[in-house]
Amino acid sequence: MGIRFILMVNKQGQTRLAQYYEYLTLEERRALEGEIVRKCLARNEQQCSFVEHRNYKIVYRRYASLFFLVGVDNDENELAILEFIHLLVETMDRHFGNVCELDIMFHLEKAHFMLEEMVMNGCIVETSKSNILSPIQLMDRA
Amino acid sequence: MEQLKTIGRELAMGSQGGFGQSKEFLDLVKSIGETRSKAEEDRIVLHEIETLKRRITDPDIPKRKMKEYIIRLVYIEMLGHDASFGYIHAVKMTHDDSLLLKRTGYLAVTLFLNEDHDLIILIVNTIQKDLRSDNYLVVCAALNAVCRLINEETIPAVLPQVVELLGHSKEAVRKKAIMALHRFYQKSSSVSHLVPNFRKKLCDNDPGVMGATLCPLFDLITIDANSYKDLVVSFVTILKQVAERRLPKSYDYHQMPAPFIQIRLLKILALLGGGDKQASEKMYTVVSDIFRKCDSSSNIGNAVLYECICCVSSIYPNPKLLETAAEVISKFLKSGSHNLKYMGIDALGRLIKISPDIAEQHQLAVIDCLEDPDDTLKRKTFELLYKMTKSSNVEVIVDRMIDYMISINDSHYKTYIASRCVELAEQFAPSNHWFIQTMNKVFEYAGDLVNVKVAHNLMRLIAEGFGEEDDAADSQLRSSAVESYLRIIGEPKLPSLFLQVICWVLGEYGTADGKYSASYITGKLCDVAEAYSDDETVKAYAVTAFMKVYASEIAAGRKVDMLHECQSLVEELSASHSTDLQQRAYELQAVISLDKHAVENILPSDASCEDIEVDKNLLLLDNYVQQSLENGAQPYIPESEHSGLSNISNFRSQDQHEASIHGLRFEAYELPKPPVPPRIHAASLEPSTELVPVSEPSYSRDTHQVETAASISDMGSSELKLRLDGVQKKWGRPVYSSSSPSTSNSTTPNTVNGVTQVDGAVNVNSKTRSTRDSRKPQVEISPEKQKLAASLFGGSSQIDKRATSANHKVTKAGIHAPEKAQAPKAAVVSNQVTVEKTNHQPSPDLLDLGEPTVASTTPSVDPFKQLEGLLDPTQISVTANHGAVGTTESPDIIGLYGNASASGQSSSSEISLTTNRDDVNFTVGLVDATVSTAHAGTTLPTQFPKGLNPRDSLEKDALVRHMGVTPSSQNPNLFRDLLG
Repeated sequence: MGIRFILMVNKQGQTRLAQYYEYLTLEERRALEGEIVRKCLARNEQQCSFVEHRNYKIVYRRYASLFFLVGVDNDENELAILEFIHLLVETMDRHFGNVCELDIMFHLEKAHFMLEEMVMNGCIVETSKSNILSPIQLMDRA
Repeated sequence: MEQLKTIGRELAMGSQGGFGQSKEFLDLVKSIGETRSKAEEDRIVLHEIETLKRRITDPDIPKRKMKEYIIRLVYIEMLGHDASFGYIHAVKMTHDDSLLLKRTGYLAVTLFLNEDHDLIILIVNTIQKDLRSDNYLVVCAALNAVCRLINEETIPAVLPQVVELLGHSKEAVRKKAIMALHRFYQKSSSVSHLVPNFRKKLCDNDPGVMGATLCPLFDLITIDANSYKDLVVSFVTILKQVAERRLPKSYDYHQMPAPFIQIRLLKILALLGGGDKQASEKMYTVVSDIFRKCDSSSNIGNAVLYECICCVSSIYPNPKLLETAAEVISKFLKSGSHNLKYMGIDALGRLIKISPDIAEQHQLAVIDCLEDPDDTLKRKTFELLYKMTKSSNVEVIVDRMIDYMISINDSHYKTYIASRCVELAEQFAPSNHWFIQTMNKVFEYAGDLVNVKVAHNLMRLIAEGFGEEDDAADSQLRSSAVESYLRIIGEPKLPSLFLQVICWVLGEYGTADGKYSASYITGKLCDVAEAYSDDETVKAYAVTAFMKVYASEIAAGRKVDMLHECQSLVEELSASHSTDLQQRAYELQAVISLDKHAVENILPSDASCEDIEVDKNLLLLDNYVQQSLENGAQPYIPESEHSGLSNISNFRSQDQHEASIHGLRFEAYELPKPPVPPRIHAASLEPSTELVPVSEPSYSRDTHQVETAASISDMGSSELKLRLDGVQKKWGRPVYSSSSPSTSNSTTPNTVNGVTQVDGAVNVNSKTRSTRDSRKPQVEISPEKQKLAASLFGGSSQIDKRATSANHKVTKAGIHAPEKAQAPKAAVVSNQVTVEKTNHQPSPDLLDLGEPTVASTTPSVDPFKQLEGLLDPTQISVTANHGAVGTTESPDIIGLYGNASASGQSSSSEISLTTNRDDVNFTVGLVDATVSTAHAGTTLPTQFPKGLNPRDSLEKDALVRHMGVTPSSQNPNLFRDLLG
C-alpha cells in the first residue's frame, strides 16, 4: 500500500490536515496522532527524518511552524517520501504563493484536492505540478 | 508578527473573493489557529458543534454557506470530535451540480465514512451518474470517491463504467480509472479477469497514466513475478527513456527526470530480476546508467541511488554493479547527514547478503551509527548487526542489544529486540554458560514479553547440559545457573516466567552440588512464593521445587526438617482455592512422609531429561484389547474410516451398543482417561504395573516426570508443557554438541573447512578479548571503538582500502578459482604486505606457503598451476584483494570464500597476539599434515596461517597489529604514516 497517512501538524501539535489511506476510527486517529506527534516533535534537526513506530515508519519534515508527517510501510524508500513531502510543499507554494500554515487552514479543501491528485490508494500517482494543479485551477475559474 | 501576517492573509482573502468565505469562517479558523492549549481548542470545537447542529438543519441554506459548513465539519473531525450529525449533509452535497460543491461533498464523504458505512448506498447512485458526466472533472471527482468508498459488494455497480473509462480521451480520467481498478483488485478477487488492462495501460501515451499503472503492476508482480517476466524489456525500455529525459519537463524534480517513476520502476525490476539471471542481465545496463546519471548531491538523487542499490542487491548479482553500489554506500555512510547514514546502513544490510565482507570496510561508520543518540539510526544499525551476526561476534552484538533493550521503554520494540536476542543466542551461542547468562538477562528485563517456549528451552538446556558424556561440565553449568539464580532471586519484581525457570532449576539442582543446604534453598523458594503470592503459577513451581529438594534429601538419607515458613506455606496452600495448588501441597506432604526407597522411585534425582518413549501404538493394551475382543467387543475402527458419521451419533452410541461400529472406539478412548499418564506409563512402566491411577502416590520409577508433566498440564491457566518430547526438535543436540566454546556454525554449511575455521576464529576471538586492551590505541579512533570494531568484524580491517582498489583488476582478469583457493593465505599475506610495503615477499616463498593452504581449503580443486600464474605477476594486488573478491563469485563460492576469509582474517589478526610463538614450528608440522587430511581438527585451521609464515614475518605481523590496529578506510593516510 505504501503511504498510510499524511498529517500536517504545527509545532504545538495541533493537526492542520489529516488524510488516512486506511480507515481508522476517530479514537484510533486521535491516539495515533498524539503518539507520533509527540515522538516526532521531540526530535532535533540533526536526527534522522525517519521514525519507526509500531510496524511502520514515519517520515517527517518541518517547514517553519508546520510539520509534515507521512506514515509509510516498512519497504518504502524513506528518502523518496521525504522528497515527496517537499514536492507537495512546492506544489502548494506554486498555488498559494509562499504557502504558510494559514493558507492550509483557510483552504483546507484545496490542500486535500492536491493530495487527491498526488496520492491514490496510498500510492504516489502524479508528480507533475501542472497536472496536479490544473483541475484545481479549472475549478477556481468555474 | 504572526498576527500581522494573519491580517495580511485575511486582506488577501477578501480581495480574492472567489472563495466566498464568510467572516464567521475566517474567525473560526483564526481562533483555532490561535489556541495555545488542547483544552482551549476543544472548547472552541464543542461550541462549533453546537452552532452547526442548530444551523445545518435549516432548509434554506445557500449553497456556498453549506459548503462552508461542510468544511467546518471536516475541521471538527480533524480535531478529534465526532461530526456524524452532519454526514448526511455531506452526502447531499455530492448531488450538487456545481463542480466545486460536488467535489467538496465527495471529499468530506471520503474523509468521514469508511466503505462499509450505511450512507454509502446513498452515494453509489450519484457516483454512477457522475461517471457518465460529460465534464471530465466531474468524472475525476467521482473516480476519486470510487477509490475510497466502493466496497466489495458495490464494485459491480460501477465496474463496467470504470472499465469503459480506461479508454477515455482525457489522460486524467484514464489515470484515475486505472487506480480505481487497482482498488477493486485490492478489494476483491472478482476482477482478476481485468488484470490484462494493467498491462495494456502500461503502453499509454501519457506518462501520467503509465506512471500510475506501475502501482497496480507492482502489486501484481509482488505476488507473482513469473507471470510478468515478459514485461522486463518494456520496463527496462521505459526506465531508459525516463533516465534519458524523454518525459515532459513537468515531471522533473530538482533536475532529476521523473524520479518517482524511476524509483517505482527500479522496485519492479528488483522483483522481476530476483534469482533470474536472464532477466537480470537485461537490466544491468540501465541500472548502471542510472547509477552514473544520479546526482548524489541532492536528496532525490540519493533516493534514486538507494533504490538502485536495493535493485542491485535483489537481482542476480553483477560484480560491477555491486562494486558501484558499495561505493555509493560508502558515500552515504561518510555523509554528515543522518538521513543518508540511515539509508547507508539499510543498504549495507541489503548488500551484505551478497557480499558479506562489505561491512568490514565500514566498521567504524557502523559503530558510530550504533552509538549515535538517535534511536532511529541505532535501531537500523541493530538490524544490520542482526543480519551479520555469526558465532564470532554474537557475544558483542547480543550484549549490545540487551543493553539497548534495558534502556528503552517502548514495549513494542522491546519485545522485538528481545526476540532477536533470543534468536541469535539460540543460533550462535558460543557456550552454554553464555547462553544461560544471556537468557537470564533477557528474562530479567523483558521476561513478560518473551515467548514461553524460550523458558522451556532454557530449562531444557540446563537439564540436558552439553548433550555429551561430560558430567563434570554439566554439573558445573548447573551450579553456575543455580548460583546466578540465587543471586537474582532477591531482585524485586521479576517477571513470572523467569521465576518459573528459577524455581524449576532450584528445585532440580539447588542442592545437587552440596554447596547449598536444603533449608537455604527452600527458604529462598518460600520467599519467592510469598513475594509473588498472587501468581499461582509461580507458587505451583515453588511447591514442586520444595518437593524435589526434600525428595533428594530423603533419598540421600538425611532427615528432613521442614522450615517453619515452608510448613505454614504448605498448609496455607493445601486450603487453596486452586485445586492444582492444593494437590501439589498434599502430594508434598505425602512424599516427605515416605521412606527413602519409595522416594527414590518417585522422584529420582536429575531425571528430568530422561527420554520418555511414548508408545503411540499402546502395545501394552494389546492384552486387554484381545480380552475384550474375545468377550465379544467390536474391533476399533480408526477415525478416518468413519469420518462421515456425526459426533452426535457417536455420542448416542455410548448409551446403547446399537451402533456397534462405535462400540470399541468408545472404549479405546475411555481407558486412558487421565490424558497424560497412561502414555508415559506405556513407556516407562513395567507391563505388570500397568494402568496405575495417577493420583495415587505409589509411582514407580520415572514418575517424577509424570508428576511434573501431569501437574503442569493440569494448570489450565498456562500452556506450559514440560513434556520434553516436542522440544527436542528445536533443541537438536548438534547445536550445543561440542563442549568447547566453538559451537559449530550453522550458517556455514557450504564447506567443511569453512566451518571449522570459523570455529577457530571463535576460540581465538574470545581469548583475545582480554588481551586486546594491551593494544596501543590509534590516534583518532577511541580504543573502545576499535575494540568493538574488532569484536564485531573479526578484528581485521587493514585490508579494506586496498581491497576495493585492487579488486577491480582482478575481477577483470577473471580469475576466480585460484583466488578463492588462496583466500586464507591472502589474509595472511596482506598483513605482511602492509608491513613491508616496499619489499615484497619473494613469490616463490609465497607459493611454498600457499600450497598447503590450497590443498586443505579446497581439496577438490587443483589450482596450483593457476595459482602460480596468478601469483607471479600480480602478487600484491591479488593478495590484497581478498576483501572484495566475494562480490565476484557465484553464490556458493561466495559462501566458501566468505567463511574462509572471515576466519582467515580473524585468525591471522588475533594469533599474533594471542598465541605464543613457541608452537610455530609445531604448527608448521601440522600444516603438512593438513595437506592430506582435509578434515583436520577444529583448531588447526586457526593456526595454519601462522604456521605458513616464517617466524620473523609473524613477529612483524604482530608488531603491525600493535601499531595500527584498525585503520579505517576513512583514514588510510594515518596508516601509511604509521608505517613510516
